[in-house]
Amino acid sequence: MSSDVAFPAAHPHASMPHEAPRVIRVSHLGKQYQLGARARYRTLREALVESVVGVARSIGRGGTRRAPERFWALDDVSFDVAQGDVVGIIGRNGSGKSTLLKILSRIVEPTRGTVDLEGRVGSLLEVGTGFHPDLTGRENVFLSGAILGMRRTEIEKKFDEIVEFAEVDRFIDTQVKHYSSGMYMRLAFSVAAHLEPDILVVDEVLAVGDAAFQKKCLGKMGTVARHGRTVLFVSHNMGAVVSLCSRALLLDAGRLVLESDPITVAARYQATLTAAPTATSDLSGAEHYGSGKARFVSLRFVPERRDGTTREMMCPGSRLRVETRIVCSAPVDSANVGITIYDASGYRLVDANTAMQGRFVSLNPGDEARVDFALDDLRLKPGTYLVGLWMGRGNVEDIDGILYAATLEVEPDPQQLQHSEQFPGSYLCAFKHSVVISTPAADVARPGVHEEPGQRSAAGASR
Amino acid sequence: MTHTSIRPHTLRIEPTRGWVALRLGEVVAYRELLYFLVWRDLKVRYKQTILGVAWAVLQPLLTMLVFALFFGRLARVPSDGVPYPLFAYTALVPWTFFATGLTLASNSLVGSANLITKVYFPRLTIPLATVLAGLVDFALAFPVLFGLMWWHGVTPTAQVVWLPVFIALAFATALGVGLWLSALNVEFRDVRHVVPFLTQLWMFATPIAYPSSLLPERWRTLYALNPMVGVVEGFRWALLGTETRPGPMILVSGVAALALLIGGAFFFRRMERTFADVV
Repeated sequence: MSSDVAFPAAHPHASMPHEAPRVIRVSHLGKQYQLGARARYRTLREALVESVVGVARSIGRGGTRRAPERFWALDDVSFDVAQGDVVGIIGRNGSGKSTLLKILSRIVEPTRGTVDLEGRVGSLLEVGTGFHPDLTGRENVFLSGAILGMRRTEIEKKFDEIVEFAEVDRFIDTQVKHYSSGMYMRLAFSVAAHLEPDILVVDEVLAVGDAAFQKKCLGKMGTVARHGRTVLFVSHNMGAVVSLCSRALLLDAGRLVLESDPITVAARYQATLTAAPTATSDLSGAEHYGSGKARFVSLRFVPERRDGTTREMMCPGSRLRVETRIVCSAPVDSANVGITIYDASGYRLVDANTAMQGRFVSLNPGDEARVDFALDDLRLKPGTYLVGLWMGRGNVEDIDGILYAATLEVEPDPQQLQHSEQFPGSYLCAFKHSVVISTPAADVARPGVHEEPGQRSAAGASR
Repeated sequence: MTHTSIRPHTLRIEPTRGWVALRLGEVVAYRELLYFLVWRDLKVRYKQTILGVAWAVLQPLLTMLVFALFFGRLARVPSDGVPYPLFAYTALVPWTFFATGLTLASNSLVGSANLITKVYFPRLTIPLATVLAGLVDFALAFPVLFGLMWWHGVTPTAQVVWLPVFIALAFATALGVGLWLSALNVEFRDVRHVVPFLTQLWMFATPIAYPSSLLPERWRTLYALNPMVGVVEGFRWALLGTETRPGPMILVSGVAALALLIGGAFFFRRMERTFADVV
């Protein structure tokens, strides 16, 4: 709760001889959503029925109309940002980070409170905003640039630089629908990276491209920050936040719970990730396909340590136990039961099924069965994954399938917060590895510290 | 946006309620974006079509041929002393502009959902750009109109100087209706089912296939509450010199169009605050 947190009386900048002016002032900001309102559109008929029913009810018995369910996506958030600050905004999914950025970008209106912004605001909430597949790379640079708020003369001036940065010069007059996804992302990011607002609002766009390009993007972000521009940066990637930001905010359930240096905030964030992954997903409302002779009814993820004890969150290297419950309504003879893990863009990463182990499941009507899978030493990078379920007999029959039964969150290992993710995002597997370094100087082994000249010391890390 | 100002000014973001100012100044400040959106619409519209921009001419032309055959030849609908094909085409050119603009504008916001939820700019530019892009098609259909006039030996009179007024009237009507429908469409997807039906009905309520002189004099003022009546009669009067005295009708149509436009703009701004939440 923001009210009972003692904010540091002075920001880290207070030690500077002159206080930088505050360019973002957020006070008591709140955003309320009506549950379900975002998920679907109303039809005119529904609206008419609602209003007729509403009028009828209010005539009948005053004020008995059930209030629609509402929730505060952002609740009484206040903070200031000084010019030149690079502020990381951290929080779990649904904590209000994106809502905050959307309000600051003027995309949605707050329900309460105010924001004062000094200077030109540029927001990058997505890579490739305004890109049109039928237009060429060149045309898209101009279109996307204009949509992001650049002037035409400005785009013309920076055009060569943008193309060079994106490494797509040979294809600049090709329609972008023929681009590889990597080229598309690089060009899109490059346009965005050349936007020069006074205040830059960025949402996880760094998670694009290959590792080399990511490093380039991080470098570009660093340059932007060093040029005295103010940056607000939302990320799940603690590594990027710690290495880029000078301050960080932690949001939880719409409230600002901590405002401090990035390492402290990142550590606290890790601590707030409680036993959420072990929650059971009820699959009765999921979209099933197949004959339905038996159905998956629930799914549960249990992260475990190597010794089999349960741990709080799924991290790279955890053991993942996937527990499925099945209820049978018609005879099932030697079915194969399997799980699939997809990444967020739907690529299949992991397949595990009983047939692979030479095991099959037979059930009689009324039977309840459990099929549990254990994946040892899960080598998935932190991120969000989707898990699908399937039960059937080879190509013969789909008994029950759920394409996306639940999401699986893999969190960064708090033990390796600062240095494990210098190149965040695009690759998905974290292999176990070892390193041998041979230099003329003695090989200095300092676990936990990775320092570069000019970079912040990791001494303040709280463990 | 404040690209040009050296000293940044303070922008305050706060909740708004009810009717709000139009802030047309902001639309003007974003004129380059408007230009790019129009340019995009034009580029994309005829990509991967064999006939390309010829469609802009073919649509009114083919409709005219059908009308000329069924209404002109077979039903012998009167045409104010003008050859029927020319009579119909003169009306179909602004009508096609209006109907296309209306249809595209009503879908424009929903079609731009990816922009609306990701970046800020004055939302008015979206339907505005769509209707503006239609002006180009409109201009392309004009040479054929002049060709038809030449073929039938009709020379425009001095009244032709009034033509821009009627074009503006058509533009205002298309944009006005487009603003209403596009804003409604964000919340009520019924709009997309209503639009084809609406344009069809509207076409019969507009003197395209028939002259408004078929109506008794006293009904015409009421009839002109449909702004497209003023547009079509205005076009015929300015280009073909038809006898219909358009004065009061055009005045009524003009007022109706302005009311639609201004009402539409305010309604749009009122609905705008929830676009990104709902779309």
